[in-house]
Amino acid sequence: MQRRTVIKDRNAETRLLTNRILVAVIGILVGIGVLLGRLFYLQVVSHQHFATLSQENRVKLVAIPPNRGLIYDRNGILLADNRPSFRLVLTPEDVNDIEETLARLQEIIELSESDLNRFRELLPRSRRFEPIPLKFKLTEEEVARLAVNRHRFPGLDVRAELTRSYPWGELASHVIGYVGRISAQDLQRLEAQGKEANYRGTSHIGKLGIEHYYEDILHGQVGYEKVETNAVGRTIRVLERIAPVPGRDIHLSLDARLQAAAEAALEDYNGAIVAIDPRSGEVLAFVSRPTFDPNLFVNGIDLATYQAYQNDPNRPLYNRALRGEYPPASTVKPFIGLAALHHKVIGANESIYCPGHFTLPNVDHRYRDWKRGGHGRLNLNEAVAQSCDVYFYDVAMRLGIDDLSAFMSYFGFGAPTGIDLNGERTGILPSREWKRRTRNQPWYHGETVITGIGQGFWLATPLQMAQATATMANRGQRVVPHLLRAVSEPGSDRPVPVPRRTSGEPVPVHDAKLWDHAIESMKNVIRIGTARRVGIDLSYSMAGKTGTAQVRSIAQNERYDASKLERRFHDHGLFIAFAPIEAPEIAVAVVAENGGSGSGVAAPIARKVIDTYMENKARHAR
Amino acid sequence: MLGDPAAGSPLRQSWLQRYLRLDGVLLSALLLLTGVGLGILYSAFDGHLLEVRKQLIRFVIAFGAMLVMAQISPATLRRWSPWVYGATLIMLLAVMAFGHIGKGAQRWLDLGFVRFQPSELMKLALPMTVAWFLSRHELPPRFPQVLIALVLILVPTALIAEQPDLGTAILVATAGFFVLYMAGLRWRLILGTIVALIPIGVLMWHFGMHDYQRRRVLTLFDPHSDPLGSGYHIIQSTIALGSGGVYGKGYLRGTQSHLDFLPERHTDFIFAVLSEEFGLMGAALLLLLYFLIIARGLYIGLCAQDTYSRLLACSLSLTFFVYVFVNIGMVSGLLPVVGVPLPLVSYGGTSMVTLLAAFGMLMSIHTHRKLWPS
Repeated sequence: MQRRTVIKDRNAETRLLTNRILVAVIGILVGIGVLLGRLFYLQVVSHQHFATLSQENRVKLVAIPPNRGLIYDRNGILLADNRPSFRLVLTPEDVNDIEETLARLQEIIELSESDLNRFRELLPRSRRFEPIPLKFKLTEEEVARLAVNRHRFPGLDVRAELTRSYPWGELASHVIGYVGRISAQDLQRLEAQGKEANYRGTSHIGKLGIEHYYEDILHGQVGYEKVETNAVGRTIRVLERIAPVPGRDIHLSLDARLQAAAEAALEDYNGAIVAIDPRSGEVLAFVSRPTFDPNLFVNGIDLATYQAYQNDPNRPLYNRALRGEYPPASTVKPFIGLAALHHKVIGANESIYCPGHFTLPNVDHRYRDWKRGGHGRLNLNEAVAQSCDVYFYDVAMRLGIDDLSAFMSYFGFGAPTGIDLNGERTGILPSREWKRRTRNQPWYHGETVITGIGQGFWLATPLQMAQATATMANRGQRVVPHLLRAVSEPGSDRPVPVPRRTSGEPVPVHDAKLWDHAIESMKNVIRIGTARRVGIDLSYSMAGKTGTAQVRSIAQNERYDASKLERRFHDHGLFIAFAPIEAPEIAVAVVAENGGSGSGVAAPIARKVIDTYMENKARHAR
Repeated sequence: MLGDPAAGSPLRQSWLQRYLRLDGVLLSALLLLTGVGLGILYSAFDGHLLEVRKQLIRFVIAFGAMLVMAQISPATLRRWSPWVYGATLIMLLAVMAFGHIGKGAQRWLDLGFVRFQPSELMKLALPMTVAWFLSRHELPPRFPQVLIALVLILVPTALIAEQPDLGTAILVATAGFFVLYMAGLRWRLILGTIVALIPIGVLMWHFGMHDYQRRRVLTLFDPHSDPLGSGYHIIQSTIALGSGGVYGKGYLRGTQSHLDFLPERHTDFIFAVLSEEFGLMGAALLLLLYFLIIARGLYIGLCAQDTYSRLLACSLSLTFFVYVFVNIGMVSGLLPVVGVPLPLVSYGGTSMVTLLAAFGMLMSIHTHRKLWPS
């Protein structure tokens, strides 16, 4: 009451003031109303929208690649390992200007053209929150430099990871193969197979060999981490984690020591050696020489090295054991002999006269024997031991191409062996039908003649020769050569054996005794025949057959003279063998390219391999 | 709500009013706001007490400034007004000549022992002077007085805008205009001024604004046009607000703020931290608290006994509201990002001291009333 009287004399001013305050309060209330309305709109009406945005802001899904399974030999020797290494990755969504960042980055570390190309290839196909590899195998110095400059490069990270490593380098590289970075084609294939989700976060994939063939066993199952990240993309905490399932370990049937011995035995010859356990089909050694260092391929081989491999006339990247097609030459003679006995075109003790050449009626072409002047009279046993050509020209003619070819197919010639490696070649088992199909030509008698000594159209891979040898050792029971012996869960020392793959139909021979004749003839090759030199001081029984495959055809009036030919035109030396005869454990096929002859080069190599096998076996037994 | 007029009368003063010259209602509301501010700051700093303690010390200093100001009677304040204004103007010129440059703007004056923003002082000096000038004449002011008042307002505003500090310039000018408004500036003139401001604004846009200021205005209308540049602030703060919902994510649980998505979360964007963690409810309660403070300030103006005090008290209160409105409007994406802190909550010392000094003036005005005014 009192106050009102106090300011009564300023009535007008008070009225004005009250008026203005009233308007101001209304203004303030309107202002607050606007703010509350805006807040209501954001926090109630659009709450869901913003809650989603906020969640997207902070939660990211990060794939955790599984550790790749390891590869062991049959005795537990590690052939493919995972070793720690560092790589640089870039997460696109955390980088404002990728090109600018790359430019600045190159002031600190070197980025090769292929690094950049791969990155740019991956960039459009990667999700924005996924780190893309920029450079692999950082050196310690590079890691340090990046660490110091890290604040300048948001979105760049150095990741420690496991890199595939092949501790034995070139050893068995044609079997083990290698992993390489996932290419655009790999991705397409994975997408086609619906496996691309399992490869999120995975940078490498099996490209060749066992690494390629058993990719699914080795790779494992991808894991995920739901992580909370802050504004610059750093992970704050893990909200949820689904652990990856590591790939399983592979135990090969390969014996690394035998493999090493076999590779050494080939010395500087290009060629191939395949050793199979005829009882199981397990591949004990699988050599193709020259070979290469798979470690170079893991993180991208540099162009110069790759071109050196590519342009090397010895073709180190070429898997001769699997894909090399050679005339089996005289090594087929015991098989032909068996066919002749089975088809009763000749008796086991029936002999044929060899004058040093063979002619067909009404044709003046002379099919020469390797021995000038001929072998004289010999039966099957002697013909195989001496590797008489004329005997088998004659027998082949008696058999005819149809029976010959059909019988040989039981040994696996002309068909894939079914080994667990990709890219196997089938060779050629010539037949009337084959010639019509591929060349649209009729079969001529003369072609049957030379087929009898494994020449002409006949081509076989070293693997096929080893399989045929194993079938012979098994007296007709064919086995499928295979490399995978067992699989084990990571960390477990209990490999689970892989079930044997069913083998083909046995060779139909009307009388089991016929096998004795064929095997006996191969035994005589070692004892008194062409390979008698490798039979000296043999501590076990061994059956074998030499072969010499012509690289260049020799004209009618010419003679083969190694000293006048370039080495690359020298004959290939071939040898097949198995041991011990009574209970065969190892069957071997050797091809020494340009080795000159099977008896001189290939047979001693085979002996070294089988010797090593026997020594290892004796050591294990002790 | 605003207190019984009799309770606040000179006859029945509490000890707080009589000896400390403080207003209990205003003081309680300010302390509550300060407490809330420290609490949110604790969250914005991810629980680092060091920064919160620094802010607490600033509050102690600022409340000290308030206490000092409360002791100065309105009459004394009135006498000082033109001198304070003159001195501040000289300091603004000094800043232009050799001020300290920080964050691309020249705002600071280094006095050797303390760095100091004259533009902050102008927030007080300008309304004081305009109130002083207008109270010398009869209200409402006539045209020549309005013109002189406009000169008083625009000269420091131009100087501050030139620094450049658009936010402060607007606030300083607003404080001056509020005095004119309270003095009874005719509505015709007010409307006329607003109409006149439009071409001025257009001219400012083309010649008077820095690029970054223009960008800020542009991105207001379409923040997504520059999501990683100046639009980033607005996008992230609206996400913080919107994701807070009605009740918020809970104290210390804001993901936008704690995971660094929200820029300037300790200073200009602290309202987003509060809204994310306490939702619409928390924001509405904060607005209510601000409203209480403003209403009490206007009430003090209403009760004041001389023209100078009335004009000053109301103008300061209304300016305080502009602070709140501009900041929250900016954080919620209604207004451009002009760099106005949320009063008494944002981290930082200078504006806090000016604000509490202003509240000290209000308290002085309220507690120095006489039984029988002259």
